[in-house]
Amino acid sequence: MTDTLNGKGLALIPRTDAKQTLKDFKSDQEVRWCPGCGDYAILAAVQSFLPDLGLRRENIVFVSGIGCSSRFPYYLDTYGFHSIHGRAPAIATGLAASRPDLSVWVITGDGDALSIGGNHLIHALRRNVNLNILLFNNRIYGLTKGQYSPTSEIGKITKSTPMGSLDKPFNPISLALGAEAGFVARTLDSDRKHLQSVLRQAAEHRGASLVEIYQNCNIFNDGAFDTLKDPATRDEITIKLEHGQPIVFGTGDKEQAVRLSPTGGVEVVPRAQVADSEILVHDAHNPDPSLAFALSRLDEPAFQHVPVGVFRSVDRPSYDHLLNEQVQAATTDKGTGSLADLLHGGDTWTIS
Amino acid sequence: MTKQVQQLDRVIIRFAGDSGDGMQLTGDRFTAETAQFGNDLSTLPNFPAEIRAPAGTLPGVSSFQLHFADHDILTPGDAPNVLVAMNPAALKANLGDLPRGADIIANTDEFTKRNLSKVGYAGNPLEDDSLKEWRLHAVPLTSLTVKALEGFDISKKDAERAKNMFALGLLSWLYHRPTEGTIAFLEAKFARKPEIAKANIAAFQAGWNYGETTESFSVSYEIKPATHQPGTYRNISGNQALAYGLIAASVQAKLPLFLGSYPITPASDILHELSRHKHFGIRTFQAEDEIAGVGAALGAAFGGSLGVTTTSGPGVALKAETVGLAVTTELPLIIVDVQRAGPSTGMPTKTEQTDLLMAMFGRNGESPVPVLAPATPSDCFTMAVEAARIALQYRTPVMLLSDGYLANGSEPWRIPEIDELPDISVRFTTEPNGEDGTTYLPYQRDPETLARPWAVPGTPGLEHRIGGIEKADGTGNISYDPDNHDTMVRLRQAKIDGVDVPDLTVDDPDGGARVLVLGWGSTYGPIAAAARRVRAAGHKVAQAHLRHLNPLPANTGEVLRSYDKVLLPEINLGQLAMLLRARFLVDVISYNRVRGLPFKAAELAAVIQDVIESD
Repeated sequence: MTDTLNGKGLALIPRTDAKQTLKDFKSDQEVRWCPGCGDYAILAAVQSFLPDLGLRRENIVFVSGIGCSSRFPYYLDTYGFHSIHGRAPAIATGLAASRPDLSVWVITGDGDALSIGGNHLIHALRRNVNLNILLFNNRIYGLTKGQYSPTSEIGKITKSTPMGSLDKPFNPISLALGAEAGFVARTLDSDRKHLQSVLRQAAEHRGASLVEIYQNCNIFNDGAFDTLKDPATRDEITIKLEHGQPIVFGTGDKEQAVRLSPTGGVEVVPRAQVADSEILVHDAHNPDPSLAFALSRLDEPAFQHVPVGVFRSVDRPSYDHLLNEQVQAATTDKGTGSLADLLHGGDTWTIS
Repeated sequence: MTKQVQQLDRVIIRFAGDSGDGMQLTGDRFTAETAQFGNDLSTLPNFPAEIRAPAGTLPGVSSFQLHFADHDILTPGDAPNVLVAMNPAALKANLGDLPRGADIIANTDEFTKRNLSKVGYAGNPLEDDSLKEWRLHAVPLTSLTVKALEGFDISKKDAERAKNMFALGLLSWLYHRPTEGTIAFLEAKFARKPEIAKANIAAFQAGWNYGETTESFSVSYEIKPATHQPGTYRNISGNQALAYGLIAASVQAKLPLFLGSYPITPASDILHELSRHKHFGIRTFQAEDEIAGVGAALGAAFGGSLGVTTTSGPGVALKAETVGLAVTTELPLIIVDVQRAGPSTGMPTKTEQTDLLMAMFGRNGESPVPVLAPATPSDCFTMAVEAARIALQYRTPVMLLSDGYLANGSEPWRIPEIDELPDISVRFTTEPNGEDGTTYLPYQRDPETLARPWAVPGTPGLEHRIGGIEKADGTGNISYDPDNHDTMVRLRQAKIDGVDVPDLTVDDPDGGARVLVLGWGSTYGPIAAAARRVRAAGHKVAQAHLRHLNPLPANTGEVLRSYDKVLLPEINLGQLAMLLRARFLVDVISYNRVRGLPFKAAELAAVIQDVIESD
């Protein structure tokens, strides 16, 4: 049976014993996001978390598309490829499929990943390419100065939609689960501890990991996630998913719980009204993604409740692993290819 | 009965039938027998885009033309000497190409009232006088096959399907082909269905015996083997040669091959072929779309693979932005465009040379790329290795322009010895190249080639970032400096302009020609054959053929200017002519036909003669 590298997602990547610090991962380039942008917090969190992985720096690659977030690779002193709009998952696929010894990270945004690059995203996920895809979702186009994005709420007033946007947004978590992703998580730019914990789990998952990071664009969509950050509201909205734990949130008389709903999904009910046995226990390793999908629908209508954490973490063989297995099987079967034998294969005749 | 044997120096056969009749297979087998026998040959398959068009209709006709000779030939031939017509549609679709006096072998079983009316025949042309100017051999191929297979435990349908092998047997007798190869082929092809294998072999032999005994064929023909230069030969199609060339390039470069591709006619066979050779360390990736195909190839190139993407014109259009990214990140990449008739979907199974200007200029910004074009099916091997040489040495995407005619056509190929192949290995950069001995400058250039260093992930100390934004000369850091941009635009252009390509050679066996006929890509065969005819008629004409289209060989202008007239046939509306006029101010005479078919030698001979004689 194929070894899925269960629980040892970093096993093929060379490690270092040398002590690394945040400084080792800072490039000499001046960071050029708008002051107050949520990207700064994510960059700092990534730079300070990477040393903990203990990987050789030269075996880490950041690949990005186009958009504000896609400048990310320039600010990290690893290998980096700032590519073109929407195509980062495709480019990273070729890199990861041919180089199993690399830890490959894709940095993308809601426009880059879900609009122009939607096709590449879903296919990278279903193939289970060994990538960590960080989707910075600010629900707006920033670099092109403020048009609505595929995650903007219906009715969004922007320069391109003065009478309000018409299209229903994507829920990136639902989309990723529908695309057969093995690892799907959500976190928040401002919660460094949670962000780093999710990134670590993503890194250690061999195969495609999708992490949606809510990221505030303080210029074009400021405060989009304020209800998740405001101490007055956040506890009633945020559902922190933890594997093996009953799904309860809120405090005191506002404590709530999640249970199966009669309509086939899940629902939020006051904690006091449900027996302990009725409360759903989160199982991120459930091979059936149905409950994870149901949980992803709890923020419908938008932001009524927002689950964060790891929705799903299920191992299956990664694409590079299967591809290299075929190469090895063919080599075992036929021996290492001989060019002379290949060219002389088939019907030949000799003239002397 | 002793039959007469007649000597011929060359023959052109066209097998035509319904797309389900197995005409491509029949043609392939006859070709293999002919190659084995030692004739020179050239083939041209012609098939509909529809996998199974309605049976018996004109759009469903599939054909395979083979030209073979006792001497060196250059094209699949203009007009068949023999047409094998498996049904009325095949007769009707091909009769126009058949010169008077040619042989027609028609399968009478299919000339039913229903089939005749399907293609608009009022009467049966085999029975009225309408074919009297041809030599008609009316043969009930289907019923003879079924009769021959009476003793076999197979269905009537399977027996009928073997009629193409009966036809092959008959033709094999008619032209004295060796039969062992076909028998071995059928045994291998139907190894899991031995009864079907035996039946097909029996049908093949029955066809042979029919030729020997029937009075319908009183003469058989011998075509002596051609005298080729010594060596080991095989027959090879352009797509197969191109795939083998890419494998050879990977071996000679000592880099693993990564192919990112999306299925598209007529390029898919390269993907299929490369997928079969994973034991060379080849990774083939069938992407979700054309853009992902080239994107993955570029990502693999960043990681140190020989990155390749294969497609046809519509795919090149989609890949343009990524090719631009490869231009500016200066990574090696091969883009194979097996051109087909356009615009848009066009005619996917038909050939054309209409992507030259797209290959040259079809990207935003100043984004020069080398452009190469093989001249013959087997030349696809050589030019694939050449494309890899240029891509690797200069760190650039390279466009390789094959076309449908080269892709599916075939010819004998003298298999090169491995030590004849160029060493195209490259060295990754592993040490800092900055003056301080510690920094790495990803855009510091080799003074001779202007290529930048190639440091792959996993190399300690050389961590760096590249991307689509303009880079500062040397450091590669993001730069919006106006003068730096001007410098970088010129450096990228100068690098491509400086690619080392061989001089253009001119073939003028008589000397003193005043007219040059120039070509590029797959028109080589018809142009060379036409030039021979013109010379044989007592005229002088020089011929030159471009395989490097960007940069052009350094002596191109000099060659063009040394003739009174330059004639340039192209299967487009004058794309190379436009480039040559702009670049060299030479009044090139264009000859253009865009019919989805290769030029005919006779057609071009008349054009050349006209140009010679007009003053």
